[in-house]
Amino acid sequence: MSNSKKQFWWNNAQHRSLFFQVLLVALLVGFFWFIGSNTLTNLERRGISTGFGFLSQVSGFGIIQHLIPFDETYTFGRTFLVGLLNTLLVSAVGIVFATIIGVVVGVARLSNNWLIAKLAMVYIEIFRNIPLLLQMFFWYFAVLRTLPAPKQSWSAGDVIFLNIRGLYLPEPIFGPGFNFVFWALGLAIVTTLFISRWAKLRQEQTGKQFKTMTVGAGLIFGLPTIVFFLADASLSWNVPALKGFNFRGGITIIPEFTALLTALSIYTGAFIAEVVRSGIMAVNSGQTEAASALGLHKNRILKLVVIPQAMRVIIPQLTSQYLNLVKNSSLATAIGYPDLVAVFAGTTLNQTGQAIEVIAMTMGVYLFLSLSISAFMNWYNKKMMLVER
Amino acid sequence: MAVYITTPSPALPPPSNSVGVLGWMRKNLFSSPANSIFTLIGLYILFRTIPPTIDWALFQADWVGTSRDACSGEGACWVFVTVRFQQFMFGFYPPSEYWRVVVAFSLVGALVAWLLIERTPKKGLVGIFTIFCYPVIAYFLFYGGAFGLPVVETYKWGGLMLTLILATIGMFCALPIGIILALGRRSSMPIAKSLSVVFIEFWRGVPLITVLFMSSVMLPIFMPENLQIDKLLRALIGIIFFQSAYMAEVVRGGLQAIPKGQYEAAEALGLSYWKSMFFIILPQALKLVIPGIVNTFIALFKDTTLVLIIGLFDLLAVVQSAFADAKWIGYSVEGYVFVAAIYWVSCFSMSRYSQYLERKLHTGHA
Repeated sequence: MSNSKKQFWWNNAQHRSLFFQVLLVALLVGFFWFIGSNTLTNLERRGISTGFGFLSQVSGFGIIQHLIPFDETYTFGRTFLVGLLNTLLVSAVGIVFATIIGVVVGVARLSNNWLIAKLAMVYIEIFRNIPLLLQMFFWYFAVLRTLPAPKQSWSAGDVIFLNIRGLYLPEPIFGPGFNFVFWALGLAIVTTLFISRWAKLRQEQTGKQFKTMTVGAGLIFGLPTIVFFLADASLSWNVPALKGFNFRGGITIIPEFTALLTALSIYTGAFIAEVVRSGIMAVNSGQTEAASALGLHKNRILKLVVIPQAMRVIIPQLTSQYLNLVKNSSLATAIGYPDLVAVFAGTTLNQTGQAIEVIAMTMGVYLFLSLSISAFMNWYNKKMMLVER
Repeated sequence: MAVYITTPSPALPPPSNSVGVLGWMRKNLFSSPANSIFTLIGLYILFRTIPPTIDWALFQADWVGTSRDACSGEGACWVFVTVRFQQFMFGFYPPSEYWRVVVAFSLVGALVAWLLIERTPKKGLVGIFTIFCYPVIAYFLFYGGAFGLPVVETYKWGGLMLTLILATIGMFCALPIGIILALGRRSSMPIAKSLSVVFIEFWRGVPLITVLFMSSVMLPIFMPENLQIDKLLRALIGIIFFQSAYMAEVVRGGLQAIPKGQYEAAEALGLSYWKSMFFIILPQALKLVIPGIVNTFIALFKDTTLVLIIGLFDLLAVVQSAFADAKWIGYSVEGYVFVAAIYWVSCFSMSRYSQYLERKLHTGHA
């Protein structure tokens, strides 16, 4: 080709691709240079110094829910941690509830009971098609705001109280010797894991089955109970009580958390229900028929044939729903739940003016969470895929 | 003499409990004890929820009036919605100019209907008009400043109008960017490919709310100081970037579904990359992903509610701010139900349309 004189360099695919890519890089560099120089002049004009020094300054504001000690004297760096933990808390609990709702509704959607199937469909179609923020506002402003004042709280057995300020639960106080119980629980879980591996290996080699579930449940519940009595551990409860205008003691679940959690679970649950339904429907009916022709019991068919195959379809979609839930938990800022966005990208940004650092850190957290969850799920997905023959 | 019956006697009718309403109920509602219990629980739930809700929303509700005195308080007070209806639709747009918004939306509605309904002539011409001329017309209708139309600043825009503007412009601009990104992600040029991947994964990995924060807080820092970017435009830029990443993944799905033979055939005909993309691959790929595009549009339509967090007055924000009116305190449920109904009807019909398309476009191959 190169000996042809009429061949222009731009007609050579390699040269052209090189040219385009150099152009692309030049444009990109130019773009970032433009943004960078503007940023520098703008920051200088506003008198904002760049850098992460602000993280060690005293914050001077309080946060209504903190999993680690926090008050006005802690630093801005600490607000980041508090917000992050609140985000993780609501996401983790939300994922559990959304999964339960999703699986139940998804299975109900396929029920041979006409009424149940239709009810599940109505649930899915209603909650999928209404914006999450609207549902959140509804639970927060229209439902939880109508709860009674602290003095007229609803109570269950005078230990659990519900009012407009939140849900008050008794807090367990672990007396001396209780750490033995936790050790026993840990030991029981580890032993159960080993037993289940051993049982699986033995079944593959000899065909003999072992009642892992019964033994495991006995271990996990029994061992800590025995140790509890042996170690003479004591457990007492810190029951919330009305003092003045508010409840003191116990665990408080703030209404913002309840509203956010309810909205997230119900909304994501509707999507997960569809995922579960499509996963189960993706399993060929010939598989179920072949399994029952082999004489397997209905439950065994579900456990050994349908669910493992459905999981391969479900897991990738389920992952993206979990990721959506984590990202959607950032709507918390609209109702005042102190999550990462509300506390850090909201209050901290307003107080320090360090827009670039704060937004970059916030986005970095979500990026890291998203990428690591999807990496984990990809790994799990590959593991599940290997089962295929 | 023996009698032989050579014709079979007619079939007996099926047992009375396996046909008709009774048979259907036996089969679908009471097929087993567990199912019967579930059915009864379901019926009980329906009995406890549906009649009171209908009673509240329709029979006991108050519809006409001008103030809260018109509401008896026994049912829903729809007066709250009817009194403020114009504000919910147009935000703070001057009432004398409402016709401009109505004309702009009617025009785009008619154009889109023309393109969607089968067997309308001159689809190509109408399509070109929609893509190139309509945005200019819409700009002057909404914003004004020419042809004797007074300027309406964007901070006066609001309500359902703003929601629709955000969603449609976001979609309209995100599609071409998404196509470019999807092509870039499948390109053989390593730099173009990695840039596309980074762009897509970045925007898909962060929540829209942080994108909106970023565009509202950081864009003014990034731009030259004499350049003031309108608040609405800043939100739109964020939405477009965010949406284009999702769109890119949808389009990529379509590109991957096209059989390799199509690419090879286009190459064998001597078509260049862009020609083979525009004439062979993209028409097929985009057709495949129309349902996916509709689904992302539904997601975007719901997500536009987030702009209230950065202080724009979309439908939800306008209704939410109306609750703060001292004359109308305590009618939040009516307001939320009204907004929810609008979103639900729009999203549900769009999702049904996308399912219909999916069935219609399912041509068997690929």
